[in-house]
Formats: sequence, C-alpha cells, structure tokens
Amino acid sequence: MQLRGFNLLTGVKRRAWLLRLAVLAVMAVALFLAACEDDDEETTSSPTGTGTASSPVATDDPNVVAGYPRCAPGGSNSLAGAGATFPNPLYTKWIDEYKRACNVEVNYQSIGSGGGIRQITEKTVNFGASDGVLTDAQEQAAVAAGGSIMHIAMTSGAVAVIYNLQGVQSGQLKLDGPTLADIYLGNITKWNDAKIVALNPGVSLPNADIAVVHRSDGSGTTFIFANYLSKVSPAWQSGPGFATSVQWPTGLGAAGNEGVAGQVRQLPGSIGYAELAYAHQNNLAFAQMKNKSGAYVTPTLEATTAAAAGVTIPAHMKILITDSSNAAAYPISGFTWILAYQNQEDASKGKALAHYLWWAIHNGQSFATDLDYAPLAPDAAKAAENQILKLQCGGAACLTK
Amino acid sequence: MLNFKLVSGRTAAGRTNRLAMGDWFFRSAMYACGLALLAVTALLVVELARGARPSIVEFGFGFLGGTTWDPVREIFGALPLVYGTILASLVGLLIAVPVSIGTAIFLAELSPQWLRRPASALIEVIAAIPSVILGLWGLFVLVPIVREVVQPVLGDNLGFIPLFDGPRFGVGVLSAGLILAIMIVPIVTAVIRDVLLAVPNSQREAMLALGATRWEVISEAVIPYARSGMVGAIILGLGRAMGETMAVTMVIGNGFQITPSLFEPTHTIASAIASEFAEATTELYIAALIEAALILMVISLLVNIIARLLVGTLVRIPSTVRE
Repeated sequence: MQLRGFNLLTGVKRRAWLLRLAVLAVMAVALFLAACEDDDEETTSSPTGTGTASSPVATDDPNVVAGYPRCAPGGSNSLAGAGATFPNPLYTKWIDEYKRACNVEVNYQSIGSGGGIRQITEKTVNFGASDGVLTDAQEQAAVAAGGSIMHIAMTSGAVAVIYNLQGVQSGQLKLDGPTLADIYLGNITKWNDAKIVALNPGVSLPNADIAVVHRSDGSGTTFIFANYLSKVSPAWQSGPGFATSVQWPTGLGAAGNEGVAGQVRQLPGSIGYAELAYAHQNNLAFAQMKNKSGAYVTPTLEATTAAAAGVTIPAHMKILITDSSNAAAYPISGFTWILAYQNQEDASKGKALAHYLWWAIHNGQSFATDLDYAPLAPDAAKAAENQILKLQCGGAACLTK
Repeated sequence: MLNFKLVSGRTAAGRTNRLAMGDWFFRSAMYACGLALLAVTALLVVELARGARPSIVEFGFGFLGGTTWDPVREIFGALPLVYGTILASLVGLLIAVPVSIGTAIFLAELSPQWLRRPASALIEVIAAIPSVILGLWGLFVLVPIVREVVQPVLGDNLGFIPLFDGPRFGVGVLSAGLILAIMIVPIVTAVIRDVLLAVPNSQREAMLALGATRWEVISEAVIPYARSGMVGAIILGLGRAMGETMAVTMVIGNGFQITPSLFEPTHTIASAIASEFAEATTELYIAALIEAALILMVISLLVNIIARLLVGTLVRIPSTVRE
C-alpha cells in the first residue's frame, strides 16, 4: 500500500516533469529555429554587404566602415590626444562609441587649441586638435619635431552673433560683415546708427549704446569670428587681425561661450558671439548674417555644412571656410581639425589612429547633428578620407583592410 | 634579561653617541622640511624666469612699460595688467579695510564673550568659500546690482569725477573691487582682531582709570598701540587681493586698457593669465604671460614681506604683559 502510493506519487511527479521537459524542448526548438533564421539572414545578406563595402556607402556590417575594418588590425588599444575645447562634446561621444565597438581607449584632453598644438609639437600625444590652422612658424616647429604634419577636418561649427535688444526678436536683426566689423571696431556705437537701420527696414531700433561683448580667453570661436571680420573688413584686417585671441579695440571680455552668453543675456543693448550649439541650446536671440552672395542666412547646421560645400577643398585641408561664396552658406563657419604626423613613428598607434579617424569621419558624423555640430559636406569628407589614407606606418599605409 | 644586560652593558659614551645621532637625524629632517619650502619658492622663481626668457629677451624692460597687448602681432606690454592689478586691489582694500577694522574692534573689544567665538568662526568661513563660487555669485547677483543701482547713482551724481565716468556694464574694476573686498575681509579681520587682543590690558586699564569712555579707550590706547600690526594686516590683505584670480576674472570685464574709470573693463595680471594661457599658441605669447606671472610673484613677495615685518613687530610683545 505504502509502496504503491509512493509509486503513484512518483508517477504523478514524473508526468509533471515530462510535461516541463516537453515545454522546454518546444521552447528550445523555437529558439533554435529563430537563431537559424537569424543565421540565414546574415548569410544571405553578407555577400551583398561585402559587395558594397568598397564604396563609401554604409554597409549593414558594423565591422566594416567604408571598405576598411572598423577596428585596426594589430593596432594599439590606447590613443592620447589633446586640444580644442569646441569639439569636445562630439569627441567625447565618439570616444565612448568607439571604445564600445573596438575596445580602444582614446584619452582626449580638451585643453584648448594652443595646448593641443604644443603637445603634438612636443609629441606627447598621438594627435592634436585645433580650431585654427597652424601658423607657418607653428608648422615649421612641428615639421622639425616629427616631419610632415596633417590637418584633417573632423566637423564644422558656426559662430552665431547674439544680441539683447528690447523688442527685437531672435532672427529679426539683420547684419552684414562690414557693419559687424564696425561695431566690433567701435566705429558704430548706437543701435540706431544709419548703417544698421539701412539693413533693417521695418525694425524699430532704439537710440541705445551698443555694449560689445567678446571672449576674454583665447578660443577657436574667436579665431573663426575674427577671421570672418578680417575677410569682410580691411580695417579689421589691418587692425586686430585674427588669431585665437586678438587685441580688441572695444568692449568687455567674458570667459567662455557661457560667459559671453551670460553677459549678453544680462546686459540690455549688448551684442556678442557664441558657438552655434551654445546659442541654440540657450535660446539666445541671434542675427541673420548677409553672406557673400547677398543672402541673409540664419545660423543653422545645414547652412554651416553648406559653407564647406561651395568652396574647393584643397588636399591639405588648411582652409578657412568663413565668408563662403555658397548662396546657402552661413558666413561665420569653420572646420575643426585633428593634427597628426603623416609618418607615424609607432606603427600600432598609427594604425589605431587611422582606423579611429576613418570611423569618425564616416559613422561618427551621424552623432554630430544631435550635438549641434554640422556634419562634413561630401567634398570635405572626401578630402578628409584622402588625408587619412596618407598616414604612414613604417612605410605602408596605416589604414589597412 | 638578555636585553637588559645588553643595554646596561653599553658604555656611557656610546649612549651619548646614540643620542647625538638621533638628535642629528631629527635636526637634519627638520632642516630639510624647512629648506624644502624655500627651495620650492626658489624653484618657482627660477622656473618662471626660465619660461619668461623669450619675452625678457624680446622686450627687455619695455615689457613693464608697454601698453599694447596684441597676440596677433606678438607685441606684449604688461603695464595695463600691473595697473589693473593695483587699481582693483586698492578699490578692494578701500572697501574692505573700514569693514574689517570695525568687525575686528567689535570682536576684540565690544562683543559679549558668548558671541565672540561663533562670530569669528563665521567670518573665517567666508575665507573658505571657493573663489569660483564667489565669482559666479558676483556675476549673477553683484554685477546686476552694480549695473542697475550703484553705477547709475555714482555716475549721475559724481560722473564729473573721471573715476565714475564710463560705460555702465556692471562688470569692471568696481565689481572686481567689491568681490575682492569680500574675499579679503576675513583675513584682514582675523589678523587685526589678534593684533588688538595682543594689546596689553594694562593699556586699557590705565585709560579707564583716567575716566575714559569706551570709545576713548579704543581710539586713544588700543589702536595707537596696535597700529603697525593693523597696517601689516591690511598689507597682507593687499597681497591676497593682488593674487586673486578666478572671481576677479569673472567680474572685471577683461579689457586691456589703462583708464581712470572704475566702470571700464580691465584686466589684472592673474585674470589675464587665467584667461589667455590655455589658448596661448606661440612661444613668445606664453613667455609674455609667464613674465607677467613673474612680475606678480615679485610684487606679491614684496608686499607680503612688508606685511610680515609690520605684523611681527607687534606679535613679539611678550604675552605675559597681557592679562
């Protein structure tokens, strides 16, 4: 009786166990089939993937970037770079994404363009970054230290002219280059100056002093802004000129984009300049600028990208795209560059660098818009590709299949 | 037992020797600590001078007198910076000193015992506020007040004095002076309070015995006795004000110019270095900034040495005279 009862019990148990096993088996088969389906898809799609890989069109295979492996074969797993602060948010995003993809640790220190140029000249980093091109003296110093040095444009940015004027909405104020230069030279001191009024029919401009705000710290933003003023105003060119910091004829200085924006927001009647991303994110009133072809253009990412589209990009990429002749271009735009020696002494670092940069100018561009950077125009991207292909590691190209 | 034997077995001479060794070792260690600080200071000066070499060679003494600061053409002169440093510090002192003296007299002479400690502690807490936070507060709270209240009142009523004639931006020497005043009040107050407390009680008692009032005791007996120490405290504050960087950078307006107006944006040496160093791209530019730093260091050293000498004359009075 006891024994039978026991058997019965185990019988029940066994049946339940079998049931569970059956359920598990069905699930396993389903999973297996699903996995097989995935496999099928991959095997069917991969030939087309490799087929298109040689063209710069993005493939489905995330491990291939425009014909080259995303991660450097035999490359180092760490890189060090330093320089410009302006592209830092984008570079940080790239570094994070690239580390996840390739487990390459890129240590980027945003110490400013000047610092970046110094460090690459002293060869303490694998790459430098700058918002301005090297001056002849800087280039000579770098060439003496490590041979030919290359500029590779990574993204472009724009400088918005921001203002604080009671009753004048964002985008309502229109300015042209010579007028802006005159304001910053201290020649135009009132908002209702005839030159400003002439550009703004229908806008009531007050009889108020213009408070000019500029950057007090050296910056790539100043470089682009002053470079633009130099192109449109002979007086500016022979006066302050352009560099990461200049001798300002008038106005007050504030540190950083946030400092300038803070001053402009606080100070009625003020005018300043800040990088586009900053002006957008903080809802600052910005002016429309008249470009070279006579159109008034609102600073947008599209208009910034367009600035590089109308001009011939030279192979060395040392080109300032301010005052672009493209009709759709916003005139105060500029590239930001990575600086690297053409001949990479450490081949494994060179490979890692080349593949990282290759990834950045292709897949990396998709992160730009979200962070308010303008992606490279096709011509510029092509020129950047050619620059990266020139990187040499021990006599051969650093970028390898 | 064995140990005891060993120890007691040592000769008297050996024991003295061992003691002398320990003494020698201790003394050398302490000397090393003391000299290390001097060495650091000396290294600082040497390193600054080395970094400044290109600028010293290029501009010579003209650097001190030059008024142009043009990074594009690489012409650098530090006079606007030195001027701005001294002007902003003096404005700061002018505001801070009366407040500090008043607070210190209250703490040393008038405050009830229960309030003295907490009040002193609170004032010293101000010294612990990070400079950049004071700077932010200055930019967002102080500067609008200066622009909307202080500058219109001063400009409309005293605008005929060049000091108060200028653009009403809010930022400028006046705001920088106000921020500096807030930053140096704690140290000046603390030192003056100590100096006042070091005045022998016999001084006060003698005055009181003559039938003097509280005011007469303080103004006739205490302050004259403490005068040199108080001057020292003020100069110590001056030294601090001259080196202050972050907060000043944020509110001084950062313009290279020599102007009598307190409303105009100017630069101090420290604010110029903080603003420009990161993006200084050429060798000469960096050298010029480093030379400016060297000038600031020399000025600060001189001011501090004077302050210490003046404070020292009073602190050396034996404390037994008091109480």
